[in-house]
Amino acid sequence: MNNLNWASDQPIVSLKNVHKSFGDLEVLKGVSLDVMQGEVICIIGPSGSGKSTLIRCINALNDIQSGSITVEGQEVHDPKLNKLELRKKVGMVFQQYNLFPHKTALENVMMAPVLVLKQNKDDVARLAQTLIRKVRLDGKEHNYPGELSGGQQQRVAIARSLAMNPQVMLFDEVTAALDPETVKEVLVTIKDLAAEGMTCILVTHEMGFAREIADQIYFTDGGVIVEHGPPETFFSRAKDPRTKEFLSQIL
Amino acid sequence: MEFVWEWFYWLYDVHGIKLTIFYDEWDRNRFIRGMWTTFHLSALSIFLSIVIGVAGAWLQMSNLVWMRRIVQAYIQFFRNTPPLIQLYFFYFAVDAALSQLFGITGGVLGSYGWAVVSLSFFAGAFNVEIFRAGVESVPRSTTEAAEALGYTRLQIYRYVTLPLAFRVCLPSLNSNLINLLKTTTVAYAIAVPETLYVANQIWSDEYNVFEMMNVVWIVYIVFVGFLVWLMHRWEKSIKIPGYGN
Amino acid sequence: MGEVHQDTGVRKLNVRGTSRHVHGAKTDLPVIKPFVIGNAGGRYIEGMLEFTFQWRIGVALFLTLAGWMMIDAAHAQVQGDPEQTIFQTLIKWTPLMFWGPSGEFGGFILNIVVSFISMALGTFFGLWVGIGQVSPNRHLRRFCWAITQLFRNSPWLVLLFYFMLLLPFSLQFGDIRVDIPGWTKATFALSLPIMANVSEIVRGAIASIPTGQWESAESLAFSRTQTMWRVILPQCIKRMIPPWMNWYCILTMSTPLISILGVNDGMTLTQNALAAEGRSEFLIPMYLWLMLWFFVYSYPIAMWTRRLEHKFAIES
Ligand SMILES: Nc1ncnc2c1ncn2[C@@H]1O[C@H](COP(=O)(O)OP(=O)(O)OP(=O)(O)O)[C@@H](O)[C@H]1O
Ligand SMILES: [Mg+2]
Repeated sequence: MNNLNWASDQPIVSLKNVHKSFGDLEVLKGVSLDVMQGEVICIIGPSGSGKSTLIRCINALNDIQSGSITVEGQEVHDPKLNKLELRKKVGMVFQQYNLFPHKTALENVMMAPVLVLKQNKDDVARLAQTLIRKVRLDGKEHNYPGELSGGQQQRVAIARSLAMNPQVMLFDEVTAALDPETVKEVLVTIKDLAAEGMTCILVTHEMGFAREIADQIYFTDGGVIVEHGPPETFFSRAKDPRTKEFLSQIL
Repeated sequence: MEFVWEWFYWLYDVHGIKLTIFYDEWDRNRFIRGMWTTFHLSALSIFLSIVIGVAGAWLQMSNLVWMRRIVQAYIQFFRNTPPLIQLYFFYFAVDAALSQLFGITGGVLGSYGWAVVSLSFFAGAFNVEIFRAGVESVPRSTTEAAEALGYTRLQIYRYVTLPLAFRVCLPSLNSNLINLLKTTTVAYAIAVPETLYVANQIWSDEYNVFEMMNVVWIVYIVFVGFLVWLMHRWEKSIKIPGYGN
Repeated sequence: MGEVHQDTGVRKLNVRGTSRHVHGAKTDLPVIKPFVIGNAGGRYIEGMLEFTFQWRIGVALFLTLAGWMMIDAAHAQVQGDPEQTIFQTLIKWTPLMFWGPSGEFGGFILNIVVSFISMALGTFFGLWVGIGQVSPNRHLRRFCWAITQLFRNSPWLVLLFYFMLLLPFSLQFGDIRVDIPGWTKATFALSLPIMANVSEIVRGAIASIPTGQWESAESLAFSRTQTMWRVILPQCIKRMIPPWMNWYCILTMSTPLISILGVNDGMTLTQNALAAEGRSEFLIPMYLWLMLWFFVYSYPIAMWTRRLEHKFAIES
């Protein structure tokens, strides 16, 4: 799985001057950003500024018009790229959980390793149990998504992505659809992951959480990255007026 | 026109594709009459089936339990028995019984008449259910408002419920009427000279089964396409902004 | 262009509280209880049939039958042929109408067999054509769409004529000649509109699955085939079952059409029986008798379909 052209002192995810349009609407207008292995970065910005689009381009759910995106040194938007290889490396969790409603929690977690990685079913079952425990859902393995709360479903979704043993995790506003009380349990799960050294790219509106967990914070607006920096300086010493305005509204 | 007829004759002469309905006046005329029969048979049945549907949906709102049961029985009978047997039942059995009853010789209605009756009852049974679903989609508050304004029950049905219900149930009505048009072909079985029947006559006379079969198929596809187009235009034209999707 | 004969959804409102009482009615006949369910608006909707089999209906039916048999017997007496009551005549012809001539395959059973095989064929091919309709390959998608529209919009009888007359009567394999029985060709012809309508059901069901399901499967590195068969289609099955059953009823109701093309089905044999008797007073009872078989077969399926529809509507 490791790419020979890539060494761990280079960025694991790297975007260079990425342009993306939906028809006539240009959503990303030259975005560049680097993420080192083990780094946690948070992307914030107003609604419609292209955060979801940006994150979806990283695992090729959306294509791009120009620029380059590399994961472990491999060009994502190379037409010759094996998308399956990419997606084994990059896990993604969605705002709406998107669990498979016809499978139990455990089956949701087990499905991809069995079908895609062709791993032994018993091994996968053991791994899935471990992951379910890790997201603190022991006892809920055999429940269907419909029988779980939003927060629980979201944690199953996280476990489901982790089962592929990804190098990078993408989170797109994973707490936006949750009640305030259940937000915390999901954030704790993500924090555990970050503490273990998982590379995470998060889109979030939880500023407190971002400040606590992020190594770098990126502010996007109108399809560009307006400014970025470590949380200590970002929140207190924002330079750009757009950032200031956004922060003043949200904090 | 002559030029077109001649081209089809050439097609036969040189390639053996025998489309007599284009160059033989006798065949052409009877085929056109057949299509015309399909057209008015469908139009008449569509009209009557809608009348039955509207009336049935009205009766289903009746306070009389027995009235509702009769309508229900009518619907279930026509939905769960084959349309072809319904047609035979009317044309052979009911006609004979009525003739006997009234002492008429030579039948009460001809094959065309019974085809209309049978097809209308058949499609009407579906229409009752379609309209009823539409009627139920009209919010109670709307009809109550009309009631408060002093409308009678019939007036509410005519001026408030039906116009709103109609728009909701048009998509299902569309498909039922299209199905009715397709079902008019069963009238073949009692020798109503509609498209399929005259085509059969032509291919028996001219030995051009293959050509005529394809012509018939195309003709029906065109008919159905035309009805679909018509209904969609109608659907669009009576659409109320913000009501029903 | 929607589904033909799609069920029209909501049933009789129980506004006036009628027939609630049948719940507790004592009866010695099978009771089809109205099922009371709530819809999204919290209104109560009543089950499909208001006229349930109450004991009074049972008695009424029994009395009608007894009365009819008495009149029937008297009438036969007057006609001077006491052996030939309508009832006896019906019984006499029933085996032929039901099983077909001895040693041959025919009668009402043939209608049912044809409906089974057509449905199986139509469902199998319809599934593939339906999946083809959402294929990423534009040409395949167009092709499957065209096939679907063509067979959905053709009259069934025209399709029957087309394939009965244009398919060969027999096949020659070297020295061996194999006859193709008419009913197999009819079965094939009837499976085509079923294929088209199943294809539409499949396409509609796939389209109704939220795109999030596709995306999450994609981001888990599932291939398109895996996504389709493991994630999307299993979720479709439930919503496909009621319209599929509905089409089965419509198909069964269309099987007598094969009698027009000379297949010895229940309809043909009933007509033969009527011709053999040659008396007009047999017409109504004989046709009703045959229709009753179809009714008894189709009505429970229709009712079950409706039940499922409501159940699924409430669950989702
Ligand atoms: N599939 C699509 N087709 C066309 N336009 C799209 C599509 N997806 C997103 N857009 C448009 O792209 C722009 C950016 O959308 P995006 O979802 O990336 O915003 P966002 O920053 O994630 O917003 P939010 O905070 O509301 O989730 C929006 O104007 C949106 O309307
Ligand atoms: Mg978003």
